[in-house]
Amino acid sequence: MNRLVWISISVAILLLAGIFAKFQPAWTFTLTIALTKGFVAVGLALLMRAGLVSFGQGLYYCLGGYTVGMLGHLFGIRDFFILVPAAALITGISAVLLGFLLAKYRDIFFAMLSLALSMILYGLLVKTPELGGTDGFNVASVTFFGVSIDPALKGLIVFVITCALVILAVAGLSKYLATPLGKLGTAVKDNEIRVEYLGASAQHVIHVNYVLAAILAGLGGALSSLIVGHVDPEMAFWTTSGEFVFIAVLGGVMSPIAPFSGAIIYEVIRTIAFQYAPNTWQLVLGATMLLLIVFIPNGLWDLVTKRIRGQKGALT
Amino acid sequence: MSELTAIGIDSIIYAARLFLIAVGLTLIYGVMKILNLAHGSLYAIGAYMAATFVGFWLQNGHSVATSYLLLVGAAAVTGVILGPIIERGLLKFLYGKEPVVLLLVTYAVFLILEDVAKLIWGVDSYVISEPYGYLGNFSFGELVYPNYSWLVIGAAIIAGIVLTFILSSTKKGKLLRAVIHDQEVSKAVGINVDRYFLITFIAGAALAALGGALVAPTISVVPGMGVDVIVLAFAVVVIGGLGSVPGAALGALMVGVVRSLAIHYLPQVELFSIYAVMAFVLIFKPKGLFASEEGRKI
Repeated sequence: MNRLVWISISVAILLLAGIFAKFQPAWTFTLTIALTKGFVAVGLALLMRAGLVSFGQGLYYCLGGYTVGMLGHLFGIRDFFILVPAAALITGISAVLLGFLLAKYRDIFFAMLSLALSMILYGLLVKTPELGGTDGFNVASVTFFGVSIDPALKGLIVFVITCALVILAVAGLSKYLATPLGKLGTAVKDNEIRVEYLGASAQHVIHVNYVLAAILAGLGGALSSLIVGHVDPEMAFWTTSGEFVFIAVLGGVMSPIAPFSGAIIYEVIRTIAFQYAPNTWQLVLGATMLLLIVFIPNGLWDLVTKRIRGQKGALT
Repeated sequence: MSELTAIGIDSIIYAARLFLIAVGLTLIYGVMKILNLAHGSLYAIGAYMAATFVGFWLQNGHSVATSYLLLVGAAAVTGVILGPIIERGLLKFLYGKEPVVLLLVTYAVFLILEDVAKLIWGVDSYVISEPYGYLGNFSFGELVYPNYSWLVIGAAIIAGIVLTFILSSTKKGKLLRAVIHDQEVSKAVGINVDRYFLITFIAGAALAALGGALVAPTISVVPGMGVDVIVLAFAVVVIGGLGSVPGAALGALMVGVVRSLAIHYLPQVELFSIYAVMAFVLIFKPKGLFASEEGRKI
């Protein structure tokens, strides 16, 4: 399909998103939150393709959110189109630096060290009264290109922009995953030493994926802080990161669309389950995760692609 | 001077608690190569069990002096019930998968156990302070400490010595070390690896529960108490080197000292300091202080 078709499909999706948001404001909020988590999960998926699970993506989710909040409070910057790129930039820079350390680790060491780093941020934020301690603080209301917008419309606009960003992310990641560097991710998981025999640097591949994952997580955190209007240290707590891991496992990691659909399913189930089974919600979550790992290790998206291609996915 | 003494005593008391929690985690990892994220839940359930047992015991007019045995009993019961359920019912089918997959599996178990605990014990807090108050206090200069702390320190030392003794000097311990070294060869020479896995998991779960049971009289037992503990225990075992009992002891001491120093001089960095130590150690010794080097396999 040529570019024009893709663009018209995207525009159609965005129009539909706008119409949906007009008539279903409550579900729009849920969906936007889901998509912001999807950003984190899709970044996590990049790492999981390379065989690495980060139990600390909350670090960048939180960093993105706090960047937005602090830019608003310290410098009075309130424009959406400055705040969100700034959050992505800050998380990206942090990830480049931390990546030099983390890219050397594999398996559970990677998981635990990333967890420790996110808990360091959590520990710092909790004990910083200037930033609201455990309560966090409210994020100032946002403008779009300097224009203040009626709060009733804000949800709709952020939702449509988020959808546009999702489309861009999916398109961008699809492109990236088709490049040699993108394809090396799964190769590193299969056999790291052979990757190096072939002349590529596994550490470099992981570092690049780590930075991309962090930028996506920062983006998610920034968007979520703008929608919720509040940030708190809980965003960096390890159970938040665990949620992202769950979403990635649920959706699947082999396609960039999968984590987003996983996030929507997760958030919708969560909203419903919170109403009917608040005390057994985690139990349902845990049991689902076990079933997924045992029976659909490639995630729900795998079922869809199997249908389309009519073949068994050989990737594990 | 008295501040330094206070820091020293605080470090040791806290290190003893940490060691009890962490040693089960490192044992399970050492033998089974599974990093058990459900460890914190087992700790919480141990605390709940202890609260229930001791509460019931005291309500029926028995003496506080005998309730200490119940704390240990509660831990053993937790291990013997939940250990086999988790190991035989679930983990057994997943051996040989990548470590990360097993990490996710134990994360799922953690989520399930958190809610199971809520279903059984509700969301109210349980307080059993009698065993804690019964022993009275001892004073050290002008500092006053509860005697109960000796009990926790003693339990940690005994647990450490018993484990080291079993591993290094008994026949079964030597067989277990063979299993740790090479599962396949162990199987080939007729060691029942499955049974060792089961026993290890039960022992590890019981140790986690013992940590919880011994802490229970000093706190109020509430939902979610396992969540923080997992990351602490991880920090301890990762510092010492996963799978090493002396490593867990050293890790517990380091974290204990750093945390006490932080609390006395710079309370804002308490949580931060623990993970900072962990990150710092991992930068220089990527596999922890006591870990053995492994060759890369092609």
